[in-house]
Amino acid sequence: MGTPSSILTTDEPIHPVNRSTRRTRTFVARLVVYLAMIVLSLAVLIPFIWMISTSLKSSSTMWSFPPKWIPKPFEWKNYSQAFHEVPLARYFGNTMIIEFFVILGQVLSCTLIAYGFSRFRFRGREVLFMIVLATMLIPQQVTMIPMFEMFKWLGWINTYLPLTVPSYFGNPFYIFMMRQFLQTIPLDLDEAAKIDGANSFQTLWRIIVPLLRSSIMIVIVFTFTDVYNDFMGPLIYLDDPNKFTLAVGLENFVSGFGTEWNLLMAGSTVALLPLLILYYFAQKQLIGGIASMGLKG
Amino acid sequence: MQATRRSKLVRNEGLTGYLYILPWIIGFLAFSAFPILDSLYLSFNHWDIYQPPHWVGLANYRLLFRDPLFYKSLEVTLTYSAMYIPLSLVLGLLISLMLNLKIKGIGIFRTLFYLPSVISGVAVSMLWMWIFNKDYGLINYLLSLVGIKGPDWLNNPHWIVPVYVIMGLWGVGGSAVLFLGGLQNIPKHLYEAAQIDGASVWQRFWKITLPQLTPTIFFLLLTGIVGSFQVFTSAYVINGRGAGGPDNAGLFYMLYLFNQAFQQYNMGYASAMAWIGGLISMILAVIVYRTQNKWVYYEADLSNKGGRS
Repeated sequence: MGTPSSILTTDEPIHPVNRSTRRTRTFVARLVVYLAMIVLSLAVLIPFIWMISTSLKSSSTMWSFPPKWIPKPFEWKNYSQAFHEVPLARYFGNTMIIEFFVILGQVLSCTLIAYGFSRFRFRGREVLFMIVLATMLIPQQVTMIPMFEMFKWLGWINTYLPLTVPSYFGNPFYIFMMRQFLQTIPLDLDEAAKIDGANSFQTLWRIIVPLLRSSIMIVIVFTFTDVYNDFMGPLIYLDDPNKFTLAVGLENFVSGFGTEWNLLMAGSTVALLPLLILYYFAQKQLIGGIASMGLKG
Repeated sequence: MQATRRSKLVRNEGLTGYLYILPWIIGFLAFSAFPILDSLYLSFNHWDIYQPPHWVGLANYRLLFRDPLFYKSLEVTLTYSAMYIPLSLVLGLLISLMLNLKIKGIGIFRTLFYLPSVISGVAVSMLWMWIFNKDYGLINYLLSLVGIKGPDWLNNPHWIVPVYVIMGLWGVGGSAVLFLGGLQNIPKHLYEAAQIDGASVWQRFWKITLPQLTPTIFFLLLTGIVGSFQVFTSAYVINGRGAGGPDNAGLFYMLYLFNQAFQQYNMGYASAMAWIGGLISMILAVIVYRTQNKWVYYEADLSNKGGRS
């Protein structure tokens, strides 16, 4: 990682102290850090363990106090029952349809727009880019009602169009991120492609896009989780239960089966599983992406 | 001739550039500029979504400033930010310092701490409802182990906001990773110079690490303010279909706005709320923004101040 030591690491000291005191000090510091990290890891993990444990308890053992961490017996049928009570599979399918179109839109539009902002000189470019950044600060509440009005007027209520179409017009956050990255790619590459007779679109497609691969991955992964967790959008725009996404469907589940916590936790576990799997595969990109967001002003 | 050809080239380049950013221009007009103006217009109208909007002047605003629930929702939201933002900054920074250490298994911890910030939404709200259940929940069980009788978190007006703060802090790994990025961008020579000068660990933290992280703190402050005005999903689910919770102590601003708009169909009133809420968060953001000269250090400054003295 080649990074500066943080305050706690012990670099080679310029003024050597007694070597053995130093070693003990390092040891104690590390011990404290490890302990702190283990406690914090437990704080992160225990809610999940609690969720899974509850999801496997029978209706009677669920209410035992003090609670048992390991259910006896394992009630696997909670899961089939959760699927039976609510069409989780259908909700999941609906969510994935929206995911597909939003991710496609976000990747296409943000790549084109970021390319435009980083590779061409045109009048007002800087001002327009400032506006891109400024739109990140517009609170959602201000645009929510007019958007509803607009989509209602277009006859898009109870379709997936309000949830998918806006993604084809770029997201300021991703445009910013991709432009940051594009500016690290030398212009010589573009020049060389131009000399070989490529037009700007061919340059984008053949030269830039392959280099942008990791940025595109970040857009895909971030968009996936955003869409997956979005609750208000589907809540506002969808009426037909057959069209519900997982988020809205789950909320219905809570209000319908509010006290059957084992079933609710089985539903939650199922709903979180895709995100956990995605996270497992994409954590490097996610964490790296967030960390390199470039908050350097 | 040369000159005209070049200007034509430049013009072509400009045109192509505009073409590439055209989707954004259309999107900006349709999904930002128009909605903002329309929202202002709607706030002077009565609109129940069935009948076309009709002009009522300042009536919505007059009603709003006499509405105790408006003040309540503002209070809930601001209390939440006053608790959540400082705590998340301190905790996020502490975690990032640990995550920046070169020790065994650090990758696992980084992965683990970031996990909760990826998963939000309904399923997680359901999980926390169960965790904070007064009789059978995990929190009160753990408290009972140390002899404390936990409160009825979700039905007690004093405890409901802290519950949201705790839920929010569970996802603090998100800010920790941002801080981590900031930490890794600090030039190493600053520490080397400080060490030569014999600066202690604490001095190095206060004089180098913290100032260098101010852009991240600034960013998190801004997004934290805007973000607390957007708290919705958890409040909607936990209070049960958008009710306000005990004594409306869980009536976040966005939740009240949503109720007015999509449950009562007071679209004009909700638009007025949107504008006032937007203005308040904007004013807070501007205050933070205005103070940045005083405490946010950017790289340009440091190239003069840093280095070896």
